[in-house]
Amino acid sequence: MSLPEPFRLLAFLVGLMGFVALNAAYLVWVERKTAGRIQRRPGPTEVGWAGLLQPVADGLKLLSKQFIVPPGADALLFRLAPLLVIAPGLMGLALMPFGESLLALDVNLGLLMVFAFGSINVLALMVGGWASRNKYAIISAARVVSQDIAYEIPMLLAALTLMMVAGTLNLSEIVALQEGPFWRWNLFRLDLNPLMPLTFLIFYTCMLAETNRAPFDMAEAESELVAGAFTEYAGMGFGVFFMAEYANIVLGCSLMTVLFLGGWQSPFGAYSGVWWFLLKLYFLVFSVIWVRWTFPRTQFYNLLNLSWEILIPFSLFTLILTAAMMKVM
Amino acid sequence: MSTAPFSRNGTPPETFVLNLGPQHPATHGVLRVKLTMDGEYVMRAEPVCGYVHRMHEKMGENRTWAQFLPNTSRIDYLSAMNYTHAFVGAVERGAGIAVPPRAEYLRVITSELNRISSHLVWFGAFLLDLGGFTPLLYAFDDREQILDLLEGVCGARLTYCYYRFGGLCNDVDDNFIEGTRAFVRRMQPRFKLYHQLVTENIILRKRLEGVGPITAEQCRKYGASGPVCRGSGIPYDLRRAEPYSIYPELDFDIPVFSEGDCLARYLVRMEEMRQSLRLIEQALNRLPDGPVVAEKVPRTIKMAPGDYCFAVEAARGRFAVRVVSDGTDTPYRVKLRTPSFSNLSLFEETSAGMMLPDALALMGSLDLVIPDIDR
Amino acid sequence: MNADLAALAERCAVLFPEGVQLIDYAKRGFHLDLKVDPSQVVEAARLFEGEGFAIDTLTGVDWIKEEQFEVVYDYYHPRHAWRVAVRTRIPRDNPTLPTISPVFPGANWHEREARDFFGIHFAGHPNMEPLLLPEDADYHPLRKDFAA
Repeated sequence: MSLPEPFRLLAFLVGLMGFVALNAAYLVWVERKTAGRIQRRPGPTEVGWAGLLQPVADGLKLLSKQFIVPPGADALLFRLAPLLVIAPGLMGLALMPFGESLLALDVNLGLLMVFAFGSINVLALMVGGWASRNKYAIISAARVVSQDIAYEIPMLLAALTLMMVAGTLNLSEIVALQEGPFWRWNLFRLDLNPLMPLTFLIFYTCMLAETNRAPFDMAEAESELVAGAFTEYAGMGFGVFFMAEYANIVLGCSLMTVLFLGGWQSPFGAYSGVWWFLLKLYFLVFSVIWVRWTFPRTQFYNLLNLSWEILIPFSLFTLILTAAMMKVM
Repeated sequence: MSTAPFSRNGTPPETFVLNLGPQHPATHGVLRVKLTMDGEYVMRAEPVCGYVHRMHEKMGENRTWAQFLPNTSRIDYLSAMNYTHAFVGAVERGAGIAVPPRAEYLRVITSELNRISSHLVWFGAFLLDLGGFTPLLYAFDDREQILDLLEGVCGARLTYCYYRFGGLCNDVDDNFIEGTRAFVRRMQPRFKLYHQLVTENIILRKRLEGVGPITAEQCRKYGASGPVCRGSGIPYDLRRAEPYSIYPELDFDIPVFSEGDCLARYLVRMEEMRQSLRLIEQALNRLPDGPVVAEKVPRTIKMAPGDYCFAVEAARGRFAVRVVSDGTDTPYRVKLRTPSFSNLSLFEETSAGMMLPDALALMGSLDLVIPDIDR
Repeated sequence: MNADLAALAERCAVLFPEGVQLIDYAKRGFHLDLKVDPSQVVEAARLFEGEGFAIDTLTGVDWIKEEQFEVVYDYYHPRHAWRVAVRTRIPRDNPTLPTISPVFPGANWHEREARDFFGIHFAGHPNMEPLLLPEDADYHPLRKDFAA
């Protein structure tokens, strides 16, 4: 790109915001259609052809609703929470290499920064739940904090394994190292880490838990906590939380694509580009949606036990194994 | 964890009161549960009912015997045929009206179809409580077939008023018989699908196994019946214990599991659906010809003074009607003993000390219909 | 079953010499009828609890012409499938009965309902708040002189 640096960054940020907004709108459509088909019904069909204008209708509806701050709620924090929750999604996506030169910010500590920003998500949900002055929201905020803290640890350990394999924290370099046909992708590099598929699964599970998606959606367990941390939010406040959930899913799936599936690399070694990135990204997003509509919700203590008693020991084991293999070979 | 005392003033510190209010996705209907909670643990759950109280028992005193029939379907709308059967049975017992065999067989067929549709609703709603959104729609797909069959017979999809004193209001046609046979054929393999997709799911197992134990003693002390007591090891089913209609001539098993947890009650209901299909098939094969209404049914029913009872095995448990007659054409007193009322009364004792999601799983496994509790 | 039922009737007759009656189930729908004094209801409840019965329900009937409430306790046996009705009569202008909720905790709600509908006071009941009627209800709908 031949634009001077500030304009290039600005163009990218505007593009990213548009990408996030479009994703939030149309991933909802994909989710509703997929949910419908899994449940043997058509999903939205009324608004526009095959319901494609449904997100527009929903957006208009949410925008036209009044943003009510409940009496007694902390007004500043209540209004701040939606902003806090969408920020990490945007910031993380700014670091993702979509294509060979499609990268907003090329930072040497890219991976670390993504995780650092991702933790703001927890803070935002907690702030939103606490500031609502609603018992359901407080219970949900407490659950979100314990769940997210529990699942960040195995996620970081799995990412650490990847970092050792790649030798760098720079995301575009990690993608460049996976150049070549698909057996050069990190997922299939069993010579570096024989348990790489397990690491992928651990990362995938942690990603589901971090984004509060079913079967780990205790924070907004509808049938128990009405809507959890979002109970008191109306109109666009709720809309922003919703958008942020999909932005986080896109962020998590792009991170997995970059780390394990070769980013924008083509599986045949030629014609690499952003379309491969998007294909892998949306394949993972579809699997996340699929899982949501198939399984019931786990028990809360089982959820935490899964992390502390199973995922952390396994990810530690794979980390040590990778280290040992790297030392030996 | 010990149960908190019954005092209303002065909950111990560090607990807070959470209102599982009248409007809540988990309480199927308008039920309020005042939960005194210590963090995530339920110290005391106090159900507050009465939001759907319509005073059917007083209505029974202000209407003639036949005018009360539509009320019976609205007590528990999911199991309406069984409830009408109880009232009609009580009046027939008191007035000495005999029912022709064809009517009895058709009553059994429609009651069992109603039982299956009620259990399908329970299945979907219970899984919705646990977070699995999809089985609800699969269950409702099967239920649509039943509702279409019964609509063809008596004109209503939910609140049927099909039975009359001495028989039925009209006969069934061939569409119903063929449709029911087709339904039985279609439904048999569906259980395999439900078991593979839902019952065998590890997440569901972990949520239901060992959760919400109810002992047989508790069932007895609170009068809990139906799948609640059969999931705790008590083989009490009114179709065998106080046989009515033509159940003595039909061959079926009563599923009993003795663990007493949510999974046991779940399995009891799934198996009951299968046994209901068996009953329907047998009844269809043995359906005799003949009239569907007894010949000499008086227009105004008059019974000798005294009280008469009739109990049926409804989808939720034991539903009993006690009518007191003073010889006139309106009942003197109609007492409706509903299963959900007794089943919910043990919720307070059994849920003490459980975590909130477990308590809700327990409540879902009791299969409550709130109008049944409030009448 | 009939032999055991007769034996049960004899055991009841030991404690309640008058008022035990075997009933034809096909005509009335229950097996045994027991008439007791108001003060004996707890004893009757204990007797049946000891025999393994479960509480079915308890209800009232307003005999306004005789100025009495009749309270009927229904018990059923889960194993033998017997049904027993225990009746007692209390004066209409001062309806009180001892509570049987220590014996059958399930009676707690039934007694609250009877109080809601008839105004019968159950002495010793831990929580006589209205169950089905609103909290501030001071009327009793199932009384025959209740005008809506």
